[in-house]
Amino acid sequence: MDTFILILITGVGLGALYFLIASGLSLIYGLMGVLNFAHGSFLTVGAFVGFWVASKMGFETSMPEFILAMIVGGLAAGLFALLIEQLLITRLYDRHIDQALVTVGVSLVVGAVLGGWFGNDLRMFPTPSWFLTAIDVGGAKIPADRAVYIVTAVLLLIANWALLKFTRIGLIIRAGVENRNMVNALGINVRRAFSTVFFLGGFAAGVGGVLVSVYSNGVSPLIAGTYLIYGFIVVVIGGMGSVPGSFLAAMMIGIIRQFANYYATGLGDFVVVILLAVVLLIRPQGLLGKVRA
Amino acid sequence: MIALSVKDLHVKINESHILHGVTFDVPAHKVTALLGRNGVGKSTTLKGILGLYPGTGSVQLNGQEIIGMPTYKIVQTGVAYVPEDREIFSTLSVRDNLALASRTKNNGKAFETIYDLFPELNSRASQLAGSLSGGQQQMVAIARALLNKNEILLVDEPTKGLAPKLVTEVANALEKTAHETTMLLVEQNLALVRRIADNVVVMDQGRVIFQGSPENLNDPAWVHQMLGVSGGKL
Repeated sequence: MDTFILILITGVGLGALYFLIASGLSLIYGLMGVLNFAHGSFLTVGAFVGFWVASKMGFETSMPEFILAMIVGGLAAGLFALLIEQLLITRLYDRHIDQALVTVGVSLVVGAVLGGWFGNDLRMFPTPSWFLTAIDVGGAKIPADRAVYIVTAVLLLIANWALLKFTRIGLIIRAGVENRNMVNALGINVRRAFSTVFFLGGFAAGVGGVLVSVYSNGVSPLIAGTYLIYGFIVVVIGGMGSVPGSFLAAMMIGIIRQFANYYATGLGDFVVVILLAVVLLIRPQGLLGKVRA
Repeated sequence: MIALSVKDLHVKINESHILHGVTFDVPAHKVTALLGRNGVGKSTTLKGILGLYPGTGSVQLNGQEIIGMPTYKIVQTGVAYVPEDREIFSTLSVRDNLALASRTKNNGKAFETIYDLFPELNSRASQLAGSLSGGQQQMVAIARALLNKNEILLVDEPTKGLAPKLVTEVANALEKTAHETTMLLVEQNLALVRRIADNVVVMDQGRVIFQGSPENLNDPAWVHQMLGVSGGKL
């Protein structure tokens, strides 16, 4: 039983990391139709800026210092995302192939610049010492840092939901995901909503970058690779443009992957790809996605 | 006085040349009906005016050139649009659909007017717009356009696909609205056009072939010649 609980909670923790990356990807695609391969570089920028802030505090940080590093990393990634959107993406709306090529280019440039500057070796991310302890849940010893991933993802999900549900920009984003031409035809500059979504998606990815660095035992320019692929898988399974769908899919994938890795020794990735294929065949719009007209 | 003046409007969609120099005027505080067979470019003309399809030529609203401006700015200058397929936001409530369209805060009086015109929308304010009937969705689409102070209302086939009872309801609402605004109306229902239009513009193959009085619609020979039909519907 304790093994089951351990795998379940570590799966939820992994799912939380996937959600932080996928929530922005999903909204950016849902609203703007932009397949954003640069999203991984937002994660990397957030991780490096967060690392820079945390390392100013010494080899170990207090929890408030770690939270500060996470927020600054998130803000830096959000601003970087906004910069990319303003400089490149705004010139390429509705040119999907060009967008894919440019965003792939951005991710390569960011990886190369950071690699040239810092090298590709992992650098230990300073964390509070209790991250290395274990929490007893029903007899299972759960690594304490998983709780931080889960709480952060849930807080961001709630913040996301509140923004979309209770603010005018949220209303514009929800309507824009459904029909952005009609939002324009109501006299609303939908591109302003695009910029907001890019910033928020970048922020979530940046926060995710800090947590991925902790999970991966350090920060490096290469940390985003696998997570970006999983981010895309989550978005497709959850439904393009649906943040709750991304949350559901991220948790499902995190848990299934952990169980498959344990009971079928290392077949986690394979099982997730099979799941992706099944969803695409049975419900191509994803779990909570809408069929596009 | 002319509210909207369209001159030599050309619209190309991909490689297809759809509008070939459309020219007509819409007098202020009047209803102008844009008529023609299916596929002659009526909806494209409305979308061209609105900037949803990029066009060349000239479109002036009260003397101000609006062609080439982004759609949202054209709308902000006072062009409201009721699209052919309603295009309400099905995942939003009726209230959210209306709130999204309202561009001014404290727009309570406009909402009161809308709910007077369409009382049903008030009682269904919390309902998801996607779960409304076709007629109710059309009411949302018209209400959305009436929430702001407009110089002109572009209405594209408001009675399309509606049951006869709902056609009457929508026609009544449009008739009330017509007293307060300038309207450019694309409509297949000639009875409705006869009832509310002050002018008619007839299009064929991406061009205007007639602009004048709706009285011509009472002449079956003219209707047959211009619109290719003999009944009340195009």
